[in-house]
Amino acid sequence: MKFTLFHLMPYADLDLEATKDYGTSWLHTPNTFYDPEKGAALYDRYLGELERGEALGFDGIAVNEHHSTAYGMMPSPIVTASALARRTKTVTIAILGSALPLRNHPLTLAEEHAMIDTITRGRLITGMVRGIGAEYHVWGVNPAFSHERFHEAHDLIIQAWTEPGITRFHGKHYNHEYVNLWPKPYQKPHPPIWIPSQGSRETIEWAAHPKRKYVYLQTFSPIKSVAKYLKMYRDQCAHHGYTCKDEQLGWAVPIYVAESDEIARKEAKAHYENFCNRFLKMPIEMLLPPGYSSIESMKGVAATKAQLTGDVTLELCMDLGMMICGSAETVRQKLEHYWKEMRFEHLLSMLQFGTLPADLTAKSMNLFAREVMPKLRRAAVTAAAA
Amino acid sequence: MPALTKSVIEVSGCKTTLRRGGPRGDSAPTLLYLHGAGGSGNVVGFAESLAERFDVILPDHPGFGESDLPGWLDTIHDAAYFYLDLMTALNLREVHLVGSSLGGWIALEIAVRSTSRIKSLVLSGAAGLNCAEARRGDIFMWEPEQRIRNMIVDKGLAEKILGMKPSDEQAAIAVKNEFATARLAWEPRFFDPHLHKWLHRIDVPVQIVWGDTDNVFPLPFAHHLQRHIPGAALSIIARCGHLPHVEQPERFKQIIEGFVDGLMGKGVAA
Repeated sequence: MKFTLFHLMPYADLDLEATKDYGTSWLHTPNTFYDPEKGAALYDRYLGELERGEALGFDGIAVNEHHSTAYGMMPSPIVTASALARRTKTVTIAILGSALPLRNHPLTLAEEHAMIDTITRGRLITGMVRGIGAEYHVWGVNPAFSHERFHEAHDLIIQAWTEPGITRFHGKHYNHEYVNLWPKPYQKPHPPIWIPSQGSRETIEWAAHPKRKYVYLQTFSPIKSVAKYLKMYRDQCAHHGYTCKDEQLGWAVPIYVAESDEIARKEAKAHYENFCNRFLKMPIEMLLPPGYSSIESMKGVAATKAQLTGDVTLELCMDLGMMICGSAETVRQKLEHYWKEMRFEHLLSMLQFGTLPADLTAKSMNLFAREVMPKLRRAAVTAAAA
Repeated sequence: MPALTKSVIEVSGCKTTLRRGGPRGDSAPTLLYLHGAGGSGNVVGFAESLAERFDVILPDHPGFGESDLPGWLDTIHDAAYFYLDLMTALNLREVHLVGSSLGGWIALEIAVRSTSRIKSLVLSGAAGLNCAEARRGDIFMWEPEQRIRNMIVDKGLAEKILGMKPSDEQAAIAVKNEFATARLAWEPRFFDPHLHKWLHRIDVPVQIVWGDTDNVFPLPFAHHLQRHIPGAALSIIARCGHLPHVEQPERFKQIIEGFVDGLMGKGVAA
C-alpha cells in the first residue's frame, strides 16, 4: 500500500459571510475577495505541508489544477509541482492532473511534465484530466469537443514522449509539423500516468485498455461508488484477458485524525462542511455544461439536481464513506476494511480541506503518518504474504 | 391558419426534419425560417401564421430537434454550407430568409457566401457579431427558469410558459438543442470574429427586427449589426424581449409582410 499526501490549496481565508450570496466559490465570486498577502501566506503554509509529507514518510505528494476559484489556488499545477521539485528528495510528485483539453497547445504540457520529471530524476506522476465543467466557462473551451480534445492531446503527448523526433502530428484540434521534444522525460518510456475520475464507464474502459493500463483513481465519492468503479476497472482488465494489479487502482479521500472520534468530529465539522458546501459547490449550469457529459447522462440530471447541489453534513458524508474522520484507531480500522475489500494500492489522503487551519492540519497529518500509515503498511504486507 | 406538414429529407448526408405549409407555385413567395438556439418548437405557431401568405419552410437545424447530428457539424460555417445545399436540394429560388437569434447568425453566414437563391433577409435578435458597447446575456449560465424570465419581458407570458410542463420528448429535444447550440456557439460566444469583414457582400435587402428589451443581445447589438450591413432597415419592437415571434408575433408578422410588400412595390421583385 502506498500513501500520497494530496492537497487542493483552497483560499481558506475567503470571507464566507460576505461571499455567501454568490452561491459558489467558482467563477462568480469576484477576485476582489482575494488578498495577495493572505494568498502568499497560504501558499507558504500549503507548500510547507506538502514538503513535510516527505519527512512524515509519505510515498508521494500530489497537487492539482483548478481555475478562477477559491476551491484551489492552483491554476497551474506545473508551478506548484516545480516549487516542490527541488524542496523534496525522495517522494513522488503527482500532478492530478493537468487538464488537457483546456490547452490550445498541449505540447507545452509534454514539455513541462518532461522538465519536472527530469529535474526530479524521475519522481513525476502525470495525471491527465479533462478539467471540470466550470473550467469550460472560464477558458471558453467548447465542452462539446472536450472528449475529442482530451484524446487528441493525450495521443500527441504520448507521441512526443515516446517516438524519436522528428515526427508530425495532424489532428482535428491540434496540428504540428515538428514534434521533437527537448527535454524528453527522464523516466522510460514516460512518467506513470494516472487518471483521476469521479466514475465514468468510458474513462475506465479507456484507462484499463492493455495498451495503456493507466492507474485509475476514484476521487471524492461515496464508498459504494468507489467499490463499484474499482470493480468495473478490474472487470474491464479481465475482459481484456489480463489480471488487474492492485497498483493500477487508487482512491482519493479527505481524512481527519484526532485524539478521539468525538474530538475529530468536533474539530473537522465546520471546516469539512465549508469544503463541501462553500468551496466545492456550484450550480448545475457550471458543473455540467452541454457536451461535457454524454447526452444520455444529462437526461437524468434534472431529477438528481438537489442531490448534486444541495448542502451536506459531515455526519452524512461519514456515513456514505466520502470522508474518513475519527481517532487513529477508527481511521485505521475503516481504511484497512476498505482496503481488504477493494485492494487499491494507492491511498491519496487529503488531510487539509476547506478552512481547516494549520495547527489542526499538522496534528491530523502527524497522527495519520505515525499511527495509521505504518499499521496499514504492515497489514498490507501481512495480507500479501498470506 | 394553414397547418405545416412535417417531412424528412436527406441533405449533405443529414436526415433533416422540416415543416412546410402555405401556398405553393410560382406566384407564392418562399420563406425559409431558421430557428434559434431553443429549436423550432416555439416557432411553429408563428410559422403557421406566416403560411397564410408564404410557402413557409421551417427546418430543424442539423443536430437540433428531430434532425440528425451529422459528424461534420462543428462550426456555424458548416450549418451555413448545409443550408446552401438544402436550398439547392429543394430548388428554392428568391427565398425570403428569416432567422432568429442563432438562426439569424446562420442566415448571415449563408448570405456572405452566396445570395444566389436569396431575395431578402429578415434578422430577428440575430447573433453573429460581437459588440463592444454591450455585454450579451450568457444563456449557458442561466438556469432554465431564469432563461425564460430573461428572454420574455411580459411577466404574465413568462409565467404561462413556465407553467407548461414539457413532455419527456420535449425535454429530450431541449437537451439535444442545448448540446448542438454549444457546438456552434460556445466559443467565441455567439459570434464569429471574422464575419463582420464580409457583411458588405450581402447584396439583397435586409430588415433587422429587435425587441426593445432584449436581454440576450441588448439593443446596441441591433445598431451595431445595422451599421455593418449597407442599407439595412431596423425595426425595434416595443415591450418585447429576445423572442419577437413568441412575445409580439402580430407585430413581427406585420414587419415581415410590410418589408416583403415594399420589395414588390419598389419593383425589386423580378
